[in-house]
Amino acid sequence: MNSKISFRDVVKTFPMKGATFTALGGVDLDIADREFVTVVGPSGCGKSTLMSMAAGLQEPDSGSVLVDGKPVSGPGPDRGVIFQQYALFPWLTVRQNVEFGLKLAAVPAEERRRRADAAIGLVGLGEFADALPKTLSGGMKQRCAIARAYAVDPQVLLMDEPFGALDALTRVQLQDQLLETWSQEKRTVLFITHDVDEAVYLANRVVVMAAGPGRIHRVIDVDLPYPRTEEIRLSPEFRRIRNEVWTSVYHQDEAASAA
Amino acid sequence: MAVITPLDKTAAPEQQRQQQTRRTVRPLVLGGLALVAGIAVWAVVAALGLVENLPTPAAVASKAGTMIADGTLASDTAASLRRVFIGYALGVVVAVPVGFLMGWYPAVRAVVEPYIQFFRTIPPLALIPLAVVLLGIGEVPKIAVIYLASFMACVVASFQGVVDVDKTLINAARVLGASDRVIFAKVVVPASTPFILVGMRIGLGASWATVVAAELIGAQEGLGYRMQKAATWFDMDAIFVSLITIGVLGLVMDRLLLLAERRLTGWQERR
Repeated sequence: MNSKISFRDVVKTFPMKGATFTALGGVDLDIADREFVTVVGPSGCGKSTLMSMAAGLQEPDSGSVLVDGKPVSGPGPDRGVIFQQYALFPWLTVRQNVEFGLKLAAVPAEERRRRADAAIGLVGLGEFADALPKTLSGGMKQRCAIARAYAVDPQVLLMDEPFGALDALTRVQLQDQLLETWSQEKRTVLFITHDVDEAVYLANRVVVMAAGPGRIHRVIDVDLPYPRTEEIRLSPEFRRIRNEVWTSVYHQDEAASAA
Repeated sequence: MAVITPLDKTAAPEQQRQQQTRRTVRPLVLGGLALVAGIAVWAVVAALGLVENLPTPAAVASKAGTMIADGTLASDTAASLRRVFIGYALGVVVAVPVGFLMGWYPAVRAVVEPYIQFFRTIPPLALIPLAVVLLGIGEVPKIAVIYLASFMACVVASFQGVVDVDKTLINAARVLGASDRVIFAKVVVPASTPFILVGMRIGLGASWATVVAAELIGAQEGLGYRMQKAATWFDMDAIFVSLITIGVLGLVMDRLLLLAERRLTGWQERR
């Protein structure tokens, strides 16, 4: 067992107007160390709940979530989280935002500054280190959030539709940048998205989920080499995998009845 | 082309500077004009006798001169300012932590909120008779009523500020390893500052409204007292001097708070 993150028969329900809504009805998933796994599925399939339990922001009703073989009990700096809404502290500059987690870890000022600047450089925001978030575009804000997560050097990155609110062009740029940073400093990534292209382009493995109750529908391996390039994005092999993922996301019922 | 380009380069910043000065000077000029026009209209209306007993600006100005010379305006202003300052400051200082506690601990909120919502519907002015009976006619009842007015405005604002803190910001701090204490100090407090400052401005307005009414009962000095006394003597000039003084003081204090607000909450994204 050398999986970095394990979900073992995870069940999670939410009370909803007298009834209970089953967000996750028994999910099993293992993610290997340094693996890049993306999760796609229709809304209500519990993909965000999955991530939020790995982050320690929610607890499973039954079953267990393990990171490094130990049950998750609350959030911790070993797991960096990137939210769709950026979640930058608007009263802090880019550098102060990135230093936030380092300060909490009691990193001495000089090293803090050095590590923050390295992370800011990694996402290409060097010029904007002293800018307030309100002056940044959506893509720059998300890059700052990524730098903030990277600065504390987590082993696991949990990303909840991080590029969902961005325009298509910026999204592609950030995908390439994310892969580049990931290949430089490999971490285990659990990446939630509703974009099939994005899921295939980034991942070693795509987990397709189904709703009602939330469960894993299929796991599709992406046998494409890194670094991923535009050439790969346009290759027939990419298209084949993309179509496979697409079909299993959008035609789940037919696939089930055919089987 | 080669001749025009350098000219353009020097012209651009010059133009920018001009635009900037225009932007800051214009409102001042317009404000000054509005003031002059207002006084002119007042003078005309008074001179034509359109409103019975309306004093002329000149009469009010000369009355102000005598009131400044004999020291009554200064002592009245000092008395009213002191009451507002003490009552208002006490109100803010107590309201902000209470609001924070209500926002942060659901139990505190459940206990305190019904009382606050109940007393909030009673205008502080309506409590003046009660305050006089309970606390006499000295400084205490006046300051107490002002305190209540500013407390009510501020407590709701700071409570709302805490409740409205973006949950993702709290989660973002939590996943970076922040404890509840750190989240409170580093996320909740700064995030709710804009709300608190709005509450402070509303509280200041309420305090000034209340001080005048409070001084109508058994005061020996103060701008509200002066007006009351002037009214019994039918001294319209003195009433106007006190009124204008209150207006100017309120405006200056509000501007100071606005300045603080700009300083402290300049990070906000404005729509």
